[in-house]
Amino acid sequence: MTKYIIRRLLQTIPVLIGVSILVFSLMHLIPGDPAQIIAGEGAPEKTVEQIRERLGLNDPIHKQYLNYMGGVVQGDLGNSVRSGRPVVDEIKTRFWVTLELATYATILAVFIGLMAGIISAVRHYTFTDTAIMIVALFGLSMPNFWLGLLLIDWFAVGGDWLPAWAKLRPSGWGDSWRQVILPVITLGTGGAAIIARMTRSSMLEVISQDYIRTARAKGLSDRVVTYRHALKNALIPVVTVVGLEFGGFLGGAVLTETIFAINGMGRLTVQAINTRDFPIVQGAVLVISVLFVFVNLIVDISYKLLNKRIDLG
Amino acid sequence: MTQQAAAAGSAKRYNPRLELYKGIWKRLRKNKSAVIGGGIVIFFILLAIFGPMLTGVDPNATDITNKNQPPSADHWFGTDNYGRDMFTRIIYGTKLTLIVGFLSVFIGGAVGVVFGIVSGYYGGWVDAVIMRIMDVLLAFPGILLALAIVSVLGGSLTNMIIAIGIFSVPAFARIVRGSALSVRKLEYIDAMKALGASDIRIIFKHILPNVTSPIIVQATLRIATAVLTASGLSFLGLGAQPPAPEWGAMLSAGRTYMHDAPHMVLIPGIMIVIVVLAFNIFGDGLRDALDPKMNK
Repeated sequence: MTKYIIRRLLQTIPVLIGVSILVFSLMHLIPGDPAQIIAGEGAPEKTVEQIRERLGLNDPIHKQYLNYMGGVVQGDLGNSVRSGRPVVDEIKTRFWVTLELATYATILAVFIGLMAGIISAVRHYTFTDTAIMIVALFGLSMPNFWLGLLLIDWFAVGGDWLPAWAKLRPSGWGDSWRQVILPVITLGTGGAAIIARMTRSSMLEVISQDYIRTARAKGLSDRVVTYRHALKNALIPVVTVVGLEFGGFLGGAVLTETIFAINGMGRLTVQAINTRDFPIVQGAVLVISVLFVFVNLIVDISYKLLNKRIDLG
Repeated sequence: MTQQAAAAGSAKRYNPRLELYKGIWKRLRKNKSAVIGGGIVIFFILLAIFGPMLTGVDPNATDITNKNQPPSADHWFGTDNYGRDMFTRIIYGTKLTLIVGFLSVFIGGAVGVVFGIVSGYYGGWVDAVIMRIMDVLLAFPGILLALAIVSVLGGSLTNMIIAIGIFSVPAFARIVRGSALSVRKLEYIDAMKALGASDIRIIFKHILPNVTSPIIVQATLRIATAVLTASGLSFLGLGAQPPAPEWGAMLSAGRTYMHDAPHMVLIPGIMIVIVVLAFNIFGDGLRDALDPKMNK
């Protein structure tokens, strides 16, 4: 197992390097002169040159990358070209907001997804199963920002029951738990649908296995067979999906944060794209991706721990 | 001579490929959700092609005196904040939505399939390098990769298609690689090699036909994801630019008027849901029909 963990850790190194190269390249893939684009059309040549100098764009490309990486490993992601503040400072508070949002959304998605999936599998091919799977399909096919807008209209504007805007507190969310509800439902619904479908198919596959038949033949009750024998094994593949969903929420938070005006990483990224503040875009994309790489690492390791039957080599 | 004629006759009667297609068609027809999903997909394709001819109204024709009107006999889906007919815009938007969905998946699929086949067939360091590149692309969660690409290229319909195309590459590459890897190990491929068949011939004649089913299923499901991602990017103002009647952009425009003119948000949203749902259930049905092993 230790060997596997070490090997898996080593495998993440080229991925992290690749991610850093891609993120670094973002600024260089801009068609035209990035300094000119950041400065805006018609900006005086002096300003453009200043930006070029500040971003180190005059250096050879490999030197620029090494400088960038040198900074990154020391926690320096450069400075915002708009506010001049370090990117790390801009990101710091917002990072926790997004992490919190994604975590709550994952909890909601896992809770609802598992319940729905289990009920569906236990009552497979009944009306309940069909109804749950239809709802799940809708959840999967719905743009989450659209759901968010509807929720705002129904509950926040129309009903005035739940506040729509989660204001940034020093280290995170609004001070009321009620502000969290709508964004979390918005972000988590799609994931809940995916987890429900996955749990159902995984449970159905396990239920048809020989050892379940044996358990039934031994005279064990349905409840024991379902929850003790089947569920435990059915949940193993679901773990992978949960990890992926958590990552998806980190990325998907872009839309949720935008419609609920939550000052998280996603909204920051969109604002930075609109103001062509590329160091911020690079920083935010890098941080979220690196986090996602580590989430995947944890998922893989827990999958291995849970599923001892599979030899991952 | 008689024997030869008999052999030719039986070869005519039994064409394994035709039988395979017949089997798939039979299973597909039996699958209710696939029929419904496929039907809706075909309906939208026809709507995208012929719809604009039917309305006869300019999707960008404004009529300020008639703005934010709810659905009525004159304007089936109401009007927007510029008094433009929403029904016409939705129909024109169908074309945009399907173009984005099909084209981006075509780009992602073509690149992904090439990467996947090369990776799975040649193995070794080629496989290692391609798969690490795919890992890097997969390290950007959800919409983030498409967002990063659009941020660089600039927000437009074309750039959005490219971005979503790149975003779809790893999904195809991984699936095709897996299939190519398992086909490569089959004995008849060794036999082909021994007979002197070139790599290109083996890939096109023997590997590709074997990975077609997973590619078709994946493509159908990816179109659903592409449409959702495109609507999200356009909603953020990073995809189709106004006045293009793209559904995500329409949703974004309707946002401000949502309380007084809810149809501006409801209708484009419902359209997105229907199209994505149709591709999802059609994809699920195709998977069941193309892979009988999964159809327990």
